[in-house]
Amino acid sequence: MPLPALLPLLQDAAPTVVPADTAWMLVSTALVLLMTPALAFFYGGLVRSKNALNTMMMSFVALGAVGILWALVAYSLAFAEGNSWIGGLANAGLAGVGVEAKGTIPHVLFMAYQGTFAIITAALISGAVVERMRFGPYVAFIVLWTLLVYAPVAHWVWGGGWLMTRGVLDFAGGTVVHINAGISALVAAIVLGSRKDYGRQAILPHNVPFVLLGAGLLWFGWFGFNGGSALAAGELAALAFTNTFLAPMATLVVWALLDFFRTGHATAVGGATGIVVGLVAVTPAAGFISPLHAILLGAIAALPSYYAIAYRARTRLDDSLDVFAGHGVGGITGALLTGVFAAKAWNGAGNDGLLAGNPGQLGLQALGVGTSVLYAGAMTFVILKVLGAMTALKAAPRTEGLGMDVTQHGEEAYGNGEGSILVLPSEAAPDSAPIVATIPQTAAR
Amino acid sequence: MKLIIAIVRPDKLNDVLEALYRADVRGLTVSRVMGHGGETERVENYRGTSVKVALQEKVRIEIAVSLGFVDLTVKSILAAARTGDVGDGKVFVLDLDQVHRIRTGERDEAAVTPPLPSAV
Repeated sequence: MPLPALLPLLQDAAPTVVPADTAWMLVSTALVLLMTPALAFFYGGLVRSKNALNTMMMSFVALGAVGILWALVAYSLAFAEGNSWIGGLANAGLAGVGVEAKGTIPHVLFMAYQGTFAIITAALISGAVVERMRFGPYVAFIVLWTLLVYAPVAHWVWGGGWLMTRGVLDFAGGTVVHINAGISALVAAIVLGSRKDYGRQAILPHNVPFVLLGAGLLWFGWFGFNGGSALAAGELAALAFTNTFLAPMATLVVWALLDFFRTGHATAVGGATGIVVGLVAVTPAAGFISPLHAILLGAIAALPSYYAIAYRARTRLDDSLDVFAGHGVGGITGALLTGVFAAKAWNGAGNDGLLAGNPGQLGLQALGVGTSVLYAGAMTFVILKVLGAMTALKAAPRTEGLGMDVTQHGEEAYGNGEGSILVLPSEAAPDSAPIVATIPQTAAR
Repeated sequence: MKLIIAIVRPDKLNDVLEALYRADVRGLTVSRVMGHGGETERVENYRGTSVKVALQEKVRIEIAVSLGFVDLTVKSILAAARTGDVGDGKVFVLDLDQVHRIRTGERDEAAVTPPLPSAV
């Protein structure tokens, strides 16, 4: 923080880049970018080995497709001056995005930091459609979704849009990221339909250590996600950081206890899931509530998501990796509890919640949740129906049986090369017959 | 007594096990194997290296049955393991000289008949 004596000078002058803030935001941007590979491990470990690479690629591809789309168009739609529904095109193609200050950090850094959020949000949805959605249509879906769902909602909440003006509190993206992705995942799972084996045979995680590794790296990256959402180094970043530290600890404890009393064991997959749910729930609240309330919020948040997962598993709904129960339900719980626990005593820029004598904030939070659910749900349905009219979204049962790694990517996660024959460059010369994977001759790829 | 050996696709194993269970065929051994049954080689690319994958993953099921169960077992496997594409696998039926159950010392027909549930 600048010295108090300098404060009036800084406020009067044109915005200036503050090196300390810039340093923290550089680190935060890298931390949040790491969350997407972390998610790839979390999701990749939960699927069967024949689909491990495809599942991980569904996250990794967002780093490319969504990241470039963000820089070229989506950033402008979310954050450039516009009306209360959508930003303008003033920053399209990174026009006017230079090293000059945006707040107290360079504008390019602000753009990059926000881009990491768009990337992971799109990747989150993949958990609902793994092991069956064809790769090409999936990429097309996340590109359209970022443009038509993520960018507008980010504008409403953060870019000066109507939810921001009304005073809905969303510190680091409980609504924009998690409710948005969670409800879209639910709709995508319904539109696509279930995997062919779902409900007929046991579909088990192929690598639980990957799931734990992913959850751990997600937590690490989340310090940038929430701590960085202060957009500066200082008291607010420290508060958000500490709440991100505490809330998942409480969720982990409660989740393990629920597991223990329900099944007699505290499971590893359950523990990893509990950590992620705690992180999701504290996201909208991180910079608005006290650390003690963060522990309480984390503990409470375990319950709805735990029972949503238990209930989902008994239905025909194949939200394969429980994106809705984790991110949708967890995000809604967190958004509403933000309206309960928020206190101006901890963040003057925020507002008081129910416990501090302002029940109206809870209503505002519900408004944010409701509009996000309706808009993201409806738009996801439309995008998938339009794409589905042009091409098959889902792999044929035969392709699903062979596994998505071999059929979508021509690679195996755990192949050992035994019995493989090297194709010499001469055989692959342009004038010879093209080499194509011939397995799914009869199936749609 | 016959020994039935079936080589099937890994993703068809569950269907085969279910069909055998419905046919009251109990007692079998399953192993993961690699094999080649005339299907076209699959090409995989790892950066600059292209390889033809000649050996495919398969599952080998071994079942010893008494004569009355041979046809039923074979039919169940044929129906459950078939996709219609090259590479569905084979079923071999072999003569069996002797069978001994280690636990009881029973031999031949008695050894391939599953123990009654009450005896377990």
